[in-house]
Amino acid sequence: MTYPSDPAAPGPASGRAPLVGVVLVSHSASVAAAVAELSAGLTGGAADVPVAPAGGGPDGGLGTSSDLIAAAARSVDRGAGVAVIADLGSAVLTVKALLADEELPANSRLVDAPFLEGAVAAVVSASAGADLDTVAAAAEEAYSYRKT
Amino acid sequence: MNAPTGSAVDADFLRRWLGTATESIEREADHLTELDSPIGDADHGGNMRRGFRAARTAVEQEPPDTPGAVLVAVGRQLISTVGGASGPLYGTLLRRAGKSLGDEPTVTAAQLRDALRAGVDGVAQLGGAVPEDKTMLDALLPAIDALSGALDAGGSLAEVLAAAAQAAEDGAKATIPLRARKGRASYLGDRSIGHQDPGATSSALLIAALAQTAQEAA
Repeated sequence: MTYPSDPAAPGPASGRAPLVGVVLVSHSASVAAAVAELSAGLTGGAADVPVAPAGGGPDGGLGTSSDLIAAAARSVDRGAGVAVIADLGSAVLTVKALLADEELPANSRLVDAPFLEGAVAAVVSASAGADLDTVAAAAEEAYSYRKT
Repeated sequence: MNAPTGSAVDADFLRRWLGTATESIEREADHLTELDSPIGDADHGGNMRRGFRAARTAVEQEPPDTPGAVLVAVGRQLISTVGGASGPLYGTLLRRAGKSLGDEPTVTAAQLRDALRAGVDGVAQLGGAVPEDKTMLDALLPAIDALSGALDAGGSLAEVLAAAAQAAEDGAKATIPLRARKGRASYLGDRSIGHQDPGATSSALLIAALAQTAQEAA
């Protein structure tokens, strides 16, 4: 299992409906990559996991890169929509600015969710073939999961 | 106000503004970062410098020929190169303002005011901040009100932009006693009190650069 996953698979030719893509935007490249890896790892061995990390700033340090976000969204866009989950501040604002200017694939959506738990919920449901509304709802529901 | 000389804003005016603004950001980058150290993540000066350098280079390489197009081009560069929250915020401000100016080769001070107001509304919408949250809005909103008031009083372009610059600077200073309610500084609660907001400070620099550009042209 790898990510970003192979954009050629599993198109309609495979007989399955296209999967919703998930983009994980963090101030830190390693956080985005690790959360993508963790989420993909928790899908129970799905062959194709449409998740892509977009972490770090334009200079490679901590921050947000609009170019990385746009590229990640394109890489997971199979036509079923893209759920974008962001960590904090500029990550959230940059995604909103890109959406307002229609610079992300059609049917991309910023999902209001906690970063790690939301990512796991989104990626697991997307891998199982859920539509964008369901993926977004699963990620948002992660806020209600209490730990004590 | 209807004087044609020295009152119209064209693409050249805003390209000169970009040059002046970039020099001002370069000069003040260390100060902006210093302001960002106690209450932010100490990157505002470097982020703004990177963004404005990239914007100036892009505009020099492919000079847009309308004032609206200059603002849109600068906004685009800021969104993709700044890397902090000021990128999407200033990017949205300038792109929204640029789009509001349309394709006109020259615009009046009143059109510029309306465009800036549209841009600032975009910032407020994107960031969800209101006055006295200790953000760039605390410099931008008073600046536009002062610009508007000076226009109504019949001021020249240089005069109305000077009034805006003064109000922006006063607004930035007035953020010192405020408690931050947005961004990373808001996690600090009362410890954010006593520091001037870096975003309001860079906003004041950008408006001061507009005033300086008009003064040099007058």
